[in-house]
This record gives sequence, structure tokens and C-alpha cells, in this order.
Amino acid sequence: MGISHVIDRRLNGKNKSAVNRERFLRRYREHIKKAVSDAVGKRSITDIERGENISIPGKDLDEPTFRPGQGGIRETVNPGNRDFSTGDMLPKPPAEEGGGGVGDGQAGNAGEGMDEFVFQISQEEFLDFMFEDLELPNLIKKQLKDTTSYKYLRAGFTNKGNPSKINVVRSLQKAYGRRIALTGKSREKIKALDAEIAALKASDNIDQQLLDELTEKRKRLKKRVKKIPWIDEFDLKFNQHIRHPVPSTSAVMFCLMDVSGSMTQMHKDIAKRFYILLYLFLKRNYKKIDVVFIRHHTSAKEVDEQEFFYSRETGGTIVSSALKLMDEIIRQRYPASDWNIYAAQASDGDNWNDDSPQCSKLLRESILPSVQYFSYIEITQLDHQMLWHEYEKLCTEFEGSFSMQNIQTESDIYPVFRELFQRKSA
Amino acid sequence: MKKTKKKNTSKEETSPNYISTGSEWSFELIEKYDEEISRIAKNFKLDTYPNQIEVISAEQMLDAYSSVGMPLGYHHWSFGKQFLQSEKGYKRGQMGLAYEIVINSSPCIAYLMEENTMMMQALVIAHASYGHNSFFKGNYLFRTWTDADAIIDYLLFAKKYIAECEQRYGIEEVEGFLDSCHAVMNYGVDRYKRPAPISAAEEHKRQQEREEHLQQQVNELWRTIPTNSDDGDNRSRVRFPEEPQENLLYFFEKNAPLLAPWQREVLRIVRKIAQYFYPQRQTQVMNEGWASFWHYTIMNQMYDEKLVDEGFMIEFLKSHAGVVYQPPFDSKWYSGINPYTLGISMFQDIRRICESPTDEDREWFPDIAGKDWLETLDFAMRNFKDESFILQYLSPKVIRDLKLFAIKDDDKEEEYEITGIHNDNGYRYVREQLSKQYNLSMKEPDIQVWDVNLRGDRSLTLRHIPNNRIPLGKSTDEVLKHIHRLWGFNVHLYSVDNGITVEEYHCPPEQHEIDL
Repeated sequence: MGISHVIDRRLNGKNKSAVNRERFLRRYREHIKKAVSDAVGKRSITDIERGENISIPGKDLDEPTFRPGQGGIRETVNPGNRDFSTGDMLPKPPAEEGGGGVGDGQAGNAGEGMDEFVFQISQEEFLDFMFEDLELPNLIKKQLKDTTSYKYLRAGFTNKGNPSKINVVRSLQKAYGRRIALTGKSREKIKALDAEIAALKASDNIDQQLLDELTEKRKRLKKRVKKIPWIDEFDLKFNQHIRHPVPSTSAVMFCLMDVSGSMTQMHKDIAKRFYILLYLFLKRNYKKIDVVFIRHHTSAKEVDEQEFFYSRETGGTIVSSALKLMDEIIRQRYPASDWNIYAAQASDGDNWNDDSPQCSKLLRESILPSVQYFSYIEITQLDHQMLWHEYEKLCTEFEGSFSMQNIQTESDIYPVFRELFQRKSA
Repeated sequence: MKKTKKKNTSKEETSPNYISTGSEWSFELIEKYDEEISRIAKNFKLDTYPNQIEVISAEQMLDAYSSVGMPLGYHHWSFGKQFLQSEKGYKRGQMGLAYEIVINSSPCIAYLMEENTMMMQALVIAHASYGHNSFFKGNYLFRTWTDADAIIDYLLFAKKYIAECEQRYGIEEVEGFLDSCHAVMNYGVDRYKRPAPISAAEEHKRQQEREEHLQQQVNELWRTIPTNSDDGDNRSRVRFPEEPQENLLYFFEKNAPLLAPWQREVLRIVRKIAQYFYPQRQTQVMNEGWASFWHYTIMNQMYDEKLVDEGFMIEFLKSHAGVVYQPPFDSKWYSGINPYTLGISMFQDIRRICESPTDEDREWFPDIAGKDWLETLDFAMRNFKDESFILQYLSPKVIRDLKLFAIKDDDKEEEYEITGIHNDNGYRYVREQLSKQYNLSMKEPDIQVWDVNLRGDRSLTLRHIPNNRIPLGKSTDEVLKHIHRLWGFNVHLYSVDNGITVEEYHCPPEQHEIDL
């Protein structure tokens, strides 16, 4: 029988089933997408980034086979009899539901199984589904702004380097060559001597003195050959790599949010949710991207992420203040020649009427010409006000780089978000 | 009992000689336990394939579970579904993971999960590496239907081939085709013919010529130019196939008119794998019973030899009791007869009949009462499948112990009828009924290829022969769609009970059906 072979397999084959799992997710993509989109609508602001339970109707993933159906005559054997005797008649349960019936084990097993198939997807997968097919529109490579990213490329061989980069084949070739070159003469002489000695030995009367002399000579030569080192330091060859700068797209996203008094908590929540989605999307898809947060009431202020999302303020509304600040920041820090510039603005549409033309003027004259994409979302269930109508004019003028959407309730956020950043087929 | 070894007897009186105490395991310990278990198994004359024991993580165990215990299987979404399902159960703690997964191959591969205690590892080794392993090697169905030496290579070949198809024809295309094959996977066996053994090398070599040859055969069958004798006279046309065919996969592989060579090959792969599982489906009670019997016997032997301590034994008995628990029919945990319980009860009972037979045993089992128990058990393991095993060996005592009763549910009657219980009048009846319950054709409707319209619309006709008037289930129409994909032309299915068509299915659905 022999002794068994024990193997530790824990290290390899990790995630082998990932392929099958992935196949499953792929097949039920539509179901999952719907569940994800429902979940995004339902979750609280701080809770968007998390896995999700996905539920798929059991019948949709049934694998059909020929099975016995209900009906006919079925006789089964079951354990645990207490007080039945042969010939006893038992009433059938009223509902024709198979399964739970007395002793009707087989029908229960052959039944159609669960109604719902529920499983978990991870946070990573959740976000994948959430942002699938989305991208920043009009992203083009501008000048190399960021020089921190490099790629190492192979660039031949060098004589100096770090031991981990030794090229064994090259080094040995070199050593071999050197050995051939340095010992060539001596080996030639040895060969000649060998011939001489052989001839001498073959001759009738051997000149012992000459033979000793030759043998001694040969020995010396051999020694010399042996002294040549098998490998020497200057034989070593190293693989050479050089740094190569990699062009990277540099992009900046401006997030503009109205935090004035007219924005109720509901408005702010919706705006925040929108920006959180946007922020997650950017963080996930673009490693090198700057985000500038601007909040405004009557005056605008550049803030950090924390303040943008979580601090409260009240006051009147002057939307142009935010646009002005954005414009300034662009001029100072993000020249349009070097940067892909994006902006998203959220507001309830409430503004000083005098200010709205200002806003569209600012956009038309300085901001829109320099940005890749500017999206405006208005969070209101009321009629649109002046700001909306001013912005509407920009839509046709700047088709492709300006878009606006109306959000009425929380459930609109995700669809609108998808709409704004839908990948456009080229 | 073979307690003849000197060192055993001396050990019994002297101090304990525990291999280990506590629940921690290590590779050295696993080897030590395996050595002892192997020695004990040998004393009990268990004949096994060489063993390969692999330690894996919980996640890997889930994986092995989900690929139907075939870690080398090809990729398919349905395995992913299984994975998600088991993963959920495991994470919620509903399901103790993998008591054992063992692969019928040589070497016989058994998996140990790293989370297990030392006791569990030893238990699984005894159960899988010596119990199941000897069953795989000895039972006639496995000997006939599977080739343990070749299966791993064949699975690798299949996996590679299907991956290549996916590359060439696209994942969706291959996946859809596999769905269709899986739908009739249980109809991939000739029950009465000895199959050709599986061999990866040969598959490989012959694959190319098979593709050509197959296509030729198919072309021959579908040749449309009429020969002299064939003048389109329908009355004289020979039926094809001449005999009804129960192996649907094989029939499609050889005769479906429109399949590409790669599709025929995939059909063949699914069929070969179905064939590999065929013995397992018919020996569940025996196989689990045999393995449980041996883990129980071996563990007790180890305890008798003082190789393991009380703590180990208590943990073992607790786990063992859980596995062989049979909830009564009216318990909410009841989901049919537990094959572990029935199997181990029967094997232990056979041993009892051999070792200390009662008058009842002598009357019922004159051939084995008082005989050598090891030989008797070995014979039973080798020469039966669940159905015949129960018919041969289920004793009145086991029927009494489990309090088995038979109940009849006739949809034409108002009430259920108790048709047999554990009394003198009922033993034989209950035994017969239970045996029938393990006849595969009770679980799987009898469906055969009946006819192909060779010269007409090429439609395929299947026939279902209902057993006890039990009709086909709800998914029948869906299965027909899959068969339609395999066959490529119209498919008809008739349920014919005693010459009367009681139900018909068509794909695509026929007009008059819709009118009804």
C-alpha cells in the first residue's frame, strides 16, 4: 500500500474558482447591474463604497434537465415511523405544493429549489459594476505635466551593475572567449610538444634527456594554462535597464457646490451623493487626477474634501463667485494648455437674477473654451429659474463639452450620473 | 478482529502511546497518523490505490466543491453559481465545509482543509484515503466504467481543449453549447455496454482523425441523393435508429447533422465525464456507508491501541454522530434518507450477522450468518450497487432500527396509504420499495431517441416512457430547446404510456398546441 504522499497545496491555485465565478457574474451581468443601481439609490452617503447582496430569480438560472414532475403514483420509504400500521390512510395536505407533504420526500427533493438565488459581490466588484462603461469625455493627452512616472526598458548590456542583474550567458561567453584568447599560444605549444613527445617515444632509441626536458616544458605550459582564471571580474556582464518617462494624462476636476440657505438638507444630500459618486469614479479610474473642491454661497471658497462634504453653511447665493474662483484657479495652477480640465456644478437653480447672465458669460467667454467637459446638475422639483435658462443657451453652443441635467429625487442621481459620463463610442 | 500484532497487545497493557494530543496538526503529524491508519487498513485487508493527500485552504475547498469535486474541470458559469452558493452557506456558518472530497483516480487524491483539527484530518484520511479509495478500486461499477489511471490526464485534456475552443469561437458560443450538453448530461451512458476506457493520450492522437471520420459518417447518413432502392416511399423507409437509443449524447455526437467538429468533440467530453460520474450516482449509499464504516472502525482501533486519547475520541464521536444522524420523516431537518446512515447501518449489520447471528439472521441470511466478516463485507462492496445491495442485505434489524415504512401517494386517491412498516409482513415489501428508490430510472425519466425523419424535415422524435404515470417536470420545454440546439432541426417528445400518448412537447412549439 505504501505511505501516502502529502502535499501542501495552500499556496498555489489561489482563486482558481475566480474564473468560474467571473463567468457567472458575466452571464448575469444585467441582473447585477440592476441590483447595483438600486443599491446606489438606497444607500446613505457614507455607505456607498461597500459590497452588495445580489439576488437573482431562481428560475432565471435554473439548469433544465429532464425531471419527474408532480403526479402519478409515488411510493417512498421513510425513516422514523412511530404509530403507522400497514393499511393506514392519511389525509393529504390541502395545498398541492409537494415538498412538505407527509413522507413525500422525493417530491420535495425534485422540486424547483429556492425562488431566489442570493449571493455577495465584493466592494471591488460593486464599484466595477457601478462605473462600468463610464469615462471622462474628451480626455486627450496634453503635455507631460507629471514626470514622476517612468517605465524601465531593457537597453543592452553593461560592465557594471548589481549582482541581481548578472547576465549569466553573456558573462560565461565572455569568460570563455578570454580563456581561449589567453591560452591559445600555450595550448598550441602543448600540442606541438605532445606531437614531439609522441614521435620521440615512437622512435627506436629514446633520448631520455630530451624526453624529460620536453615533459618538463609541457608541465610548465600546462600550469600556465591552468593559472588563467575560469571567470574573472571583467568577464561579468549585466543587463542594463534605462528609465523611460511615460506620458501621462494630467487632469483636474472642479467640483462646485452651492451650500447657500436655499439649499435644503435634501438638496445638499443629493448634491453630496452626486459628488461622492463622482469622486469615487475619479479615484478609481484615474490615478493622476487633481480634484479641486469649491463651495459657495455669496462668496466662494476652495476647501478640502472633508470640509466640502461635511461642513454646513448658510447664506444667499451668488453662483458666479464660484465660477470666478474656478477661473482664477485655472489661470494660476492649471493652464489649459497642460491640463485636461473637468468641472461639475451642482445647485438648486436659485440665484440672484442679476447674477445668472454673469454666470453664462463667464462660462462662455473664459471657462468653457478651456475645459474638456463641464456638467451642470440642477437639483429641484420646482420650475427652472433663470440660471437654468441661461445655461440652456450654452448647450447648443458648446455641444460635446457642456451638458446639463435635472435631478429631482435621490433615485435620479445614479442614472443622471451615468448619463453624463456614459462612454461615447468613437 | 486482527489483534495479533505483538506490539499492539503489549501496548494495551502499558502506558498510552499517543501520536499527538490537542487539536493542532502539522505535516509530520499527518504523516504519522497516515502511517498508522495505513497499517490498520492493511490489517483489515483494504486494497487501495496509492494515496495523495493535499492540504488546501477553505477557499480552495469551496472551489473543489463547486466544480463537482473535479478541481481540474473546464470552466463554466454553472460551477461559479455553485461556488457562490457554497460560499454563502459557509460564510454564514450554515454548512460545515467539506468533510471530505476525494477523487476517484490513481493516485487517489483526498483533500484536507487547513482549518481542520488533527482529529478531523485523521478522520478524513481514514474515510477518504482508505474508505472511499478501496471502494473505488474494488467496486465492479467503478472497475467497469472508470479508468482511475487516466482520468486526471483526461480532465486536463478536456479543460485545455475547451479553453482552446473558447479562444477560437468565443466564450459565449462555447458556454451556450455546454449548457445544452449539460441539459442532457444524465443521458450520456449506455447502461448495458462496457465503455471504452478514457485515455488522454489516445484522445489526443485520435482527435484529428476522428473529426474527419465523424464528419464523413454524418455526411453518409445525410446523403440526399437517392439511391435506386430509395424512391421516396415512406412506407418502406427503415427506421433510424433501428433500435431506440438511450445514450442521447452519443447519438447527437455521431448523428446530429449540423454540428461543427469542435462541437462533436465537446459533446464527447461531456459524455465521457458523465460516464465517469455514472458509478458514483449509483453507489452513494454503499460508497458513503463503506467509507463511514471504515473510518469508524479504524478510529476505534486507534483508540484501542492507545494511539489517540479520550479527547480525540470524544471529538470524533461527536462529529461521527452528526454525519450519520437520520432525522425522522416528520422533522423539519428531514430531506430524505441519509445515505451515510443507511450505508453504515447496513455494513455494521452485515458484520454483526457474521460475528453474532441471531435466529432471525440465520433464517434471512443463511449464506453469511457466522461467516468471516471481512470476506463477506469485501464481497458485498465489490459486487453490488445501491439498488441490489439493499435488496440483498437490508435486514429486518436495520428496518426496525431505522423504523422504515413505505407510503404510497397516488394522485388519483384522496389519501396517502401506508403500504409497509417494520413488521414481519412488511420487511420484504419495505426492502423492495427502498431498493427501487435507488434505481436511477426512478429519479431520471426514461427518455430515448425514437426516430429521425431522414428523408423529410430531419426532425428528431424522442419518446418518454412514464413510470407509474409520473409525468415530466416543468423544465421539459427548456430541455427541448437545448436539444434543438444540438440537433439543429425540429424536436418532438412524446410521453407514451402503454401505447397511448399522454403528453407531447415540441420545439419549436407546434401551431395546434398554441391553439389549445
